[in-house]
Amino acid sequence: MGGKEPVSAVLWLEDGTVFKGRSFGFSGRKRGEVVFSTGMTGYLEAITDPSFAGQILTMTYPLIGNYGVNPEDSQSAKPYIRGLVVRDFCPRPSNWRSTETLADYLVRNQVIAIAGVDTRALTRHLRIRGTMGGIISTEQEDVNNPAQLAEYWKEGPSREMNLVSSVTTPQVYHVPGSGPRVAILDLGMKKRFLDILTKMNCECFVLPAKAQAGEVLALSPQGVLISNGPGDPKDVPQTIKTVAALAGKVPLFGVCLGHQALALALGGDTYKLKFGHRGVNHPVKDLATGRVYITSQNHGYAVREEALPSCFAVSHRNLNDGTVEGLRHLGLPIRSVQFHPEAGPGPEDSSHILREFVCSIM
Amino acid sequence: MEEAAKRLKDIRKVMVIGSGPIVIGQAAEFDYAGTQACKALKEEGLQVVLVNSNPATIMTDADMADQVYIEPLDTEILTRIIQKERPDGLLPSLGGQTGLNLAVKLAEAGILDAYNVRLLGTPVEAIKRAEDRDLFKKTMLEIGEPVPASAIVSELTAALEFVAQVGFPVIVRPAYTLGGTGGGIAHTPQQLREIVSRGLRASLIGQVLIELSVAGWKEIEFEVMRDAADNCIAICSMENFDPVGIHTGDSIVVAPAQTLSEPEFQMLRSAALKIIRALQVEGGCNIQFAMSPSSMQYYVIEVNPRVSRSSALASKATGYPIAKMAAKIGIGLTLDQIVNPVTGKTTACFEPTIDYVVLKIPRWPFDKFSTADRKLGTQMKATGEVMAIERNFAAALLKGLRSLEMGIYGLRLPHSHLWSDMEIEDKIRYPDDERLFALSEAFRRDWTVEEIYSLSGIDPWFLEKVKDLVLLETRIANGTLTGGLLREAKSSGFSDYQIAKLAGIKAKEVRERRKAEGIAPVYKLVDTCAAEFAAQTPYYYSAYEDENESCPGSLPKVLVVGSGPIRIGQGIEFDYCSVHSVWALREAGIESIIVNNNPETVSTDFDTSDKLYFEPLVLEDVLNIIDLEKPEGVILQFGGQTAINLAGPLAEEGVKVLGTPVKSIDVAEDRQKFEALLRSMGIPQSEGRSAVNQEEALAAATELGFPLLVRPSYVIGGRAMEVVHNLEDLMAYLQAAVQVSPKHPVLLDRYICGKEVEVDAISDGSDTLIPGIMEHIERAGVHSGDSLAVYPPQTLTGPEINQIVDYTQRIARALEVKGLLNIQFAVEKGRVYVLEANPRASRTVPVLSKVTGIPMVKLATWIMLGKTLKELGFGTGLCPATEYVAVKAPVFSFEKLSQVEISLGPEMKSTGEVMGIDKSFSGALHKALGASGLNLPAKGMVLVSLAEKDRQEAVPLVLQYLDLGFEVIATGETFNILRQAGIPARRVSLTEDGLAALVESIRGGAIALVINTPTRGKKPERQGFRLRRAAIEYRVPCLTSLDTAAALAQALRSARLGTDLDTKSLQEYLAEGSSRNRKTLWINNIAT
Ligand SMILES: Nc1ncnc2c1ncn2[C@@H]1O[C@H](COP(=O)(O)OP(=O)(O)O)[C@@H](O)[C@H]1O
Ligand SMILES: Nc1ncnc2c1ncn2[C@@H]1O[C@H](COP(=O)(O)OP(=O)(O)O)[C@@H](O)[C@H]1O
Ligand SMILES: [Mg+2]
Ligand SMILES: [Mg+2]
Repeated sequence: MGGKEPVSAVLWLEDGTVFKGRSFGFSGRKRGEVVFSTGMTGYLEAITDPSFAGQILTMTYPLIGNYGVNPEDSQSAKPYIRGLVVRDFCPRPSNWRSTETLADYLVRNQVIAIAGVDTRALTRHLRIRGTMGGIISTEQEDVNNPAQLAEYWKEGPSREMNLVSSVTTPQVYHVPGSGPRVAILDLGMKKRFLDILTKMNCECFVLPAKAQAGEVLALSPQGVLISNGPGDPKDVPQTIKTVAALAGKVPLFGVCLGHQALALALGGDTYKLKFGHRGVNHPVKDLATGRVYITSQNHGYAVREEALPSCFAVSHRNLNDGTVEGLRHLGLPIRSVQFHPEAGPGPEDSSHILREFVCSIM
Repeated sequence: MEEAAKRLKDIRKVMVIGSGPIVIGQAAEFDYAGTQACKALKEEGLQVVLVNSNPATIMTDADMADQVYIEPLDTEILTRIIQKERPDGLLPSLGGQTGLNLAVKLAEAGILDAYNVRLLGTPVEAIKRAEDRDLFKKTMLEIGEPVPASAIVSELTAALEFVAQVGFPVIVRPAYTLGGTGGGIAHTPQQLREIVSRGLRASLIGQVLIELSVAGWKEIEFEVMRDAADNCIAICSMENFDPVGIHTGDSIVVAPAQTLSEPEFQMLRSAALKIIRALQVEGGCNIQFAMSPSSMQYYVIEVNPRVSRSSALASKATGYPIAKMAAKIGIGLTLDQIVNPVTGKTTACFEPTIDYVVLKIPRWPFDKFSTADRKLGTQMKATGEVMAIERNFAAALLKGLRSLEMGIYGLRLPHSHLWSDMEIEDKIRYPDDERLFALSEAFRRDWTVEEIYSLSGIDPWFLEKVKDLVLLETRIANGTLTGGLLREAKSSGFSDYQIAKLAGIKAKEVRERRKAEGIAPVYKLVDTCAAEFAAQTPYYYSAYEDENESCPGSLPKVLVVGSGPIRIGQGIEFDYCSVHSVWALREAGIESIIVNNNPETVSTDFDTSDKLYFEPLVLEDVLNIIDLEKPEGVILQFGGQTAINLAGPLAEEGVKVLGTPVKSIDVAEDRQKFEALLRSMGIPQSEGRSAVNQEEALAAATELGFPLLVRPSYVIGGRAMEVVHNLEDLMAYLQAAVQVSPKHPVLLDRYICGKEVEVDAISDGSDTLIPGIMEHIERAGVHSGDSLAVYPPQTLTGPEINQIVDYTQRIARALEVKGLLNIQFAVEKGRVYVLEANPRASRTVPVLSKVTGIPMVKLATWIMLGKTLKELGFGTGLCPATEYVAVKAPVFSFEKLSQVEISLGPEMKSTGEVMGIDKSFSGALHKALGASGLNLPAKGMVLVSLAEKDRQEAVPLVLQYLDLGFEVIATGETFNILRQAGIPARRVSLTEDGLAALVESIRGGAIALVINTPTRGKKPERQGFRLRRAAIEYRVPCLTSLDTAAALAQALRSARLGTDLDTKSLQEYLAEGSSRNRKTLWINNIAT
């Protein structure tokens, strides 16, 4: 495959596979878990979604950057991805909302990015072999001899365990509101999540992931939400302990990683999916109504249905692979969903779920 | 899934209405939709009754539905079919606007209730809410969706008042002109006055619609689906390259939308779902938006609560079969109960995501209509379209341009460098079909993106891409062609030919260089999910990327080359043939591979063939597929002229062309060689000469005698065949229509004034089978595609038929035809002449296959695989005729093409056809004429205005119309001749005033029929031309051939006599035929 375009960046995968391309972001070398997302728009939302922390993100849509960057669409203060892989990036975007090009944004935020990759080949590779580790680099020596990256790979941990602590809020903060008071355990919350709650006038306290149940209850919230976030839910034992302690004392609602943490807290189990769910087109069935919603998703782990404690009923199911997409506690006001009802990116078809929770605690 | 499928229990038999003939705005996409629907319903174990008047479709094949009625699409006939078949349900949303309107009419007339037929899918109420302008507006406002302010006005002052409220600019669209004539966008009060006055005059009912104009905004479409359980999904978004103001059917369209940011995209998607919910559509729905390029503001422009051209495009763009799912929703299934046909495992309730760029380019008929108004606006003018898939926009665009087969390579027209800056500016600001080339030329002249954006409103994102291509062109032309540059050019979609032209080398050299550098396309899969899941769709496109996903199978395989976009002269019939060939291959255990680029068709449905390549049909792209697949051979007989033109070039590259030898194809296609062949065999043909200057032409004319059929051997933009009757006409032709030169001689043929006859034969090289002969109703001189034609022949004598059969068999043998052969004959005074032979399938193959029940394409395909007619159990010679009669009638789209000459001649003008079938000739004729959309006149005035040559001959014909109770009015000399013959006609004149009065009578309905044979047409300013156009605009039949007029008289007379027409399905007709065991009754009439 060599010699096709001037090569200035390389993506090396744990299994030795190499993809070469052009750098269009920051320079350097970063390691991470290589994943793909199938959304055709919403690249900025994805790049700034803390759930992608520690990951090298491949966009399956080949033209990225078409409409530039608008800071309003950011889901957090900065990008958390370790690297971005695209087929083509757009150097001259066109959209009235755009304030800069994606390339400028990535450079400014020190994100390594590589274009010119046969991203479909990469995606198929990940689908067939499963998500794996990789290194993205613009270093000349790596470009010339990517095989040596195997050595570098061995130097670091094969799996990162502290992703949540790198994205959670360092301290509690308060967003005033005239509606119900809620506490949010921030495992890597997207801005959109908070926006929706504040739009419903909720008074929000956002707490770090390792907050204790006592701290939470001291705020006397009418409900507690456990947010989305990156990585394996088993890597947040403190959050799980907190959630377990809160159960039965206050209504709980979990989203994504929060959903998984809830399951673990109440005696369930989770497992790693082969290549995860990342995209904005996942059909999820609400088993109570029979209605199907197209949802936004971003997770690599799922709740194990066979190991579900009897207090839980599955409330939602993924139509593609049958995985658990939502839980309902049979005795307590506890609910959770694996997908992102807050969208951003993705469809807003299931936004009523958050509304319903807020109404239920009023 | 968990619960068992819950389709409606009481529905066992479903009626499906097709969309009728191909016209502009309603083309092959409905054959694709209807065919999918029939398949889907059968899959669910239902009986299907299909009604469609279009015989050239797959959907009207006897095995697509349990009962197929090839009948006119009107409520009376549909009612009769309902009475007879008693279906439980009617599926209305798959036959375009035609099907939808008929269903609503049947419902409103109480027919559906009377016979307990349930309307499936979207309820009538919902259809009306989407279709009725006022109701639609009201519904949108109720749910808070913005629609542009509009008003219907019938006088200027009201227009001015409206604009005082909403402001400028406004778009004015006259109601009921059907030509889109008289409309326009007004920016100032003066423009408003002009356009509204013009529009009011042009409108049949004196009304115009004024609407706030959002021309220049982004035009965005969404294809959405909803089921009865209220599950809604968005299948695909599409963005028009050409902004609002140009009909989406005439716009270059890309999928997915490229320039919408995530919040904008989600806003429109949510709006689309809200709308489909509010309208309670059950099935597929198309929603068009205008999106501001500078704010979050948008408007809903239109909603089509049915499958459409756009849904066909969306299906092909994503791989998601919308029509099939719509049919299943129609019978009560919900999306989550339907198996996802792409993965075979999951459900159909998901949203496709794509990892490539899809681009559609319209195919316009302006090459056929030199006088047509080429400007594009809110009235669609394209007859067809091509689609291209690639991993980037540039490459998709160039692939698309190649697929148009207009001899265009890249962003250049042969004459675009000659345009002045003024012309370019004009073309960009007031777009016509050449706008893309105008803006490319502008970039070549260093115009900026900003300048072109302000002139065109085309989003800078698209303009930047076009500019990049132009810059790349320059780099190739001015630099050395390094491996890197070659690779860049290939990934940007440049063809070898285009690179060669720019670099000043041969295409073959480029190809060799490319191969040496290891630059070859790979093939990627269209799978609806961007590779997230394993897919079963064998649907591929090429890209210059790393990984190839198309693995050639181990079975012997054959590549069928399709026919590309629908255009005048090459329509859906060739798709019919290609599809049947693919099926025949599959049946024979051969892996069938098809290559085509028309998104509207059945052939490009991924479950038609074993493998589908969506690619341009030019040498390079076809060869690339052959390089990978290494098929046993290619089949070129079914893809019309497109495919047959590839025979020579492919053979030269060592590709095995199956069937008729390539050298025979060349003999048949090359006039001189073919003439020599006929001469050597002693088969009569019309004598011809070629002339390189006027003197030679005049000499040839004197020698051959008038009338003559003249044609240039070479024309820029459109052919110009004409019949000339005298010296004066010939001179005019030589001066105006063509430039004769030694390089471009004019060909003159003796005009054979006689019956035209068409034969389609199947031959295995020694034996030849003729399923049937079709006799034209119009004499030779009217193109075979534009004439009424009847099977079996009604007036040919036994000896004439024997001659025809004999010549056909001899020509087939001489050409060693293996497969199909089409020959047109003219019969003059008992003598049979050959006009032309086409070594391929023809327009009449579907008709003859259907009415005779002989699977012509299958036989031809199997012969190409090595079988003989005998082995296949078929006899030779002419198959005995059926007792029933079938008439094929042409259908034109003249009302959509302003300034086009409608009179018939040797150049084809029709866009589609219908068939009438009945026990008698006049019955079949009546049905065919009715089905063709001709408003069959009952009473009133017949206006007769004839060319000199026709006047005497017309006397008995005019008498027939008198007998039928029509009043006759006639112009000038025609009047005199009729008067001399004792016909009580009234004289009218064609002076300016006279014409105005006549147009008034046409508009008012007093004149019910115009019979007008033009002297010398094509000049828009001439009175005759304007008279004919007026008739078209006001939907009054205007016949330009005496033979058509005679046929109409016959049909009217039989209707007057109350002859009752059959209501029989094709299956019933065929059963009648086979009960007489026709197969054993071959006439072997070649004793000698
Ligand atoms: N208010 C408007 N201002 C400017 N252009 C318009 C407006 N409404 C429609 N158009 C243009 O006219 C085209 C045809 O109009 P549409 O209502 O979609 O009719 P059709 O039934 O022929 O599709 C659209 O595709 C769009 O480009
Ligand atoms: N010598 C001729 N005399 C009379 N009519 C002719 C003659 N040659 C051609 N025509 C008429 O012109 C039509 C088109 O000519 P043809 O050679 O068949 O061209 P095409 O390739 O477009 O089918 C025929 O269908 C026939 O009606
Ligand atoms: Mg429209
Ligand atoms: Mg012909």
